[in-house]
Amino acid sequence: MFTFRAVGVRVGKFFRDSGHLIRPAIVLLAGLGLFMVIRGAVVPKGFGQYGHYRPGALAAIRQHPVVYAGQATCVLCHEEEGKVRATGKHAHVACETCHGPLAKHADDPAANVPTLPAVATLCARCHEKDTAKPKTFPQVVTAEHSGGMACNDCHKPHNPHL
Amino acid sequence: MIPGVDGFMYPNEVELQWSVLIVLYPFVTGLVAGAFILASLERVFKVEAVRPTYRLALLTALSFLLVAPLPLQLHLGHPERSFEMYTTPHRSSAMAMFGFIYLWYLTVVLLLEIWLEYRSDIVRLAQSSKGFPRLVYQALTLGSMNVSPAARAIDDKVGYAVTVIGIPSAFLLHGYVGFIFGSIKANPWWSTPLMPIVFLFSAMVSGIAAVLLLYMASMKLKKWPIDMRCVDTIAKYLFYAFVIAFSLEMLDLIHRTYESDESFRSLDFMVHTRLWYSHVVLQIGVGTLIPLALLAANQLWKFSEAKRRVMYVTACSLTMIGIFAMRWNVVIGGQLFSKSFLGYTTYKVELVTREGLLAAIALMLLPFVIFFVLVKILPPWQETEAHKA
Ligand code: HEC
Ligand code: HEC
Ligand code: HEC
Ligand code: HEC
Repeated sequence: MFTFRAVGVRVGKFFRDSGHLIRPAIVLLAGLGLFMVIRGAVVPKGFGQYGHYRPGALAAIRQHPVVYAGQATCVLCHEEEGKVRATGKHAHVACETCHGPLAKHADDPAANVPTLPAVATLCARCHEKDTAKPKTFPQVVTAEHSGGMACNDCHKPHNPHL
Repeated sequence: MIPGVDGFMYPNEVELQWSVLIVLYPFVTGLVAGAFILASLERVFKVEAVRPTYRLALLTALSFLLVAPLPLQLHLGHPERSFEMYTTPHRSSAMAMFGFIYLWYLTVVLLLEIWLEYRSDIVRLAQSSKGFPRLVYQALTLGSMNVSPAARAIDDKVGYAVTVIGIPSAFLLHGYVGFIFGSIKANPWWSTPLMPIVFLFSAMVSGIAAVLLLYMASMKLKKWPIDMRCVDTIAKYLFYAFVIAFSLEMLDLIHRTYESDESFRSLDFMVHTRLWYSHVVLQIGVGTLIPLALLAANQLWKFSEAKRRVMYVTACSLTMIGIFAMRWNVVIGGQLFSKSFLGYTTYKVELVTREGLLAAIALMLLPFVIFFVLVKILPPWQETEAHKA
């Protein structure tokens, strides 16, 4: 016989016997809650505002002092070297690729006189023979090619063509 | 000339980035997925004969699952940063998404299923044990002592549902490992959509073989009789899974050979030289054909119990070696050739480094330690077996 009472008893019994299932659910939710709390604490503020990174990183990077002046600045004073280089194959190799970062020198030339690059290692960095380099790029086996002489005994660094 | 390098390699290919630890990772995850599928045989597909290994399979899956991320962590220079994968996941990263699948599988599937299965034992032990173990068991009851038949009947239903959800989850778990390799389009040795499926079936093979070995070893240690009906049934399913796994691998091989794309000559050369032993001899010969033959023989003829036991142990042990070789050949093999297809490098396992052989051996032993502890806390032996003894 269907009575509301009978249904009520069955429902009550069901909840009594399945009540324990709530417990793992609570544990799971507690874990999830803990995760959210930790996440809130460790994820940097505004993460993802501009992309998948911390927006504060931009300001932090901006704090780094500028170390390269850029060759447009160099040629303001070193017009001669600029002209020589522009006529040779090194036209597209920027000054500071060989001379290193010289922003400080550009700001105050007299106080920061740069040391000249060490030719012995400089040229080989780009021109040492290596099968992985494109064939069209000028390369030499430096030891054989120079016969122990410095590269700039024959080549002028700013315009290397002989 | 760089030692170990033949022909032309790009500079970044000379040294392997993914070491033996990355070989362990798919191997261990595969055991998890495989063991769980075996457990589901009993639970969902009602294969009563494999009942004695049901709990054993669940505990095996849990022990290996807990260890699965460790090889990856050890491989990282900054393991602590790997948790950022959870806090700030990137949706385009397969690895980040895999982290969530892992968590889902660990908490919602495996731990829940084990808890439901063991609840009556936990409650019994919480009442009968003393001292510290009592506290542990009381904590494990999560505060509910209700193990009335009606409550257990509900547990059984929910456990069934969890297993049903668990099967696709286990598939996802290991399919994903295959996906991580299969989706690397720059590497022709890996990049095939078959990869997740091949991984999945080899996972089932290794997981079933592992549980079978663990079961027989446990019985031996306990000096209890081995339930031959159970072992025969598992061996039968192992055979089925193996046939599918092998066919898929051969399909992949035939497909590659027939297609013979620009990478083929290079890969073919590699299989005939550097990978000859690990691929052709170990993986295909010793690790697949011999165990397949042993298992097939058991489907065709009837052997004595003692013979069957020896055959199964041999077949399963060789299978484990074969599947490990398969992971090795995928992970290491994929890094031995140059993307220019003009050269080959070698991999030399280091010994005592962070990613060396000792670390790998320790990581491989760890699941067995965990398994041992788990078996102590949650004895998987059913009363019936204890009576038989
Ligand atoms: C404001 C003008 C100025 C700018 C800009 C400048 N320099 Fe100079 N540079 C000088 C002066 C002046 C000297 C000579 C300093 C001395 O010998 O006391 C000098 C000296 C040098 C020397 C050393 C010459 C030697 O004979 O030892 C080098 C190399 C050099 N500059 C490179 C550069 C490069 C590269 C840049 C661009 C990053 C640059 N300079 C930008 C003014 C400038
Ligand atoms: C290919 C590398 C290279 C590039 C590019 C280069 N330099 Fe030089 N530069 C050298 C070397 C090497 C020396 C030293 C020469 C020596 O020791 O005889 C030098 C010397 C100098 C000197 C000292 C005076 C001299 O001629 O010996 C100045 C000034 C100078 N460079 C400025 C520049 C400027 C400005 C630029 C950019 C327009 C530039 N360099 C680009 C390699 C380079
Ligand atoms: C940063 C890399 C770089 C360094 C350092 C460098 N070079 Fe070069 N060099 C180049 C490039 C780029 C070219 C132009 C290649 C081209 O046109 O294909 C070139 C071209 C040349 C050429 C061919 C000139 C020609 O007319 O065919 C010579 C010679 C040469 N460099 C000598 C030198 C010497 C000597 C040095 C050291 C003082 C040097 N290079 C340092 C990049 C470098
Ligand atoms: C004894 C003089 C001498 C010395 C020292 C020397 N070279 Fe040369 N180099 C030459 C001559 C000559 C050529 C050929 C002229 C040409 O083709 O422009 C040449 C050509 C080159 C070329 C172009 C090769 C090509 O295939 O186009 C490079 C690059 C070069 N030299 C780099 C160096 C480097 C780097 C050093 C220092 C290690 C060096 N050279 C030292 C004389 C010299």
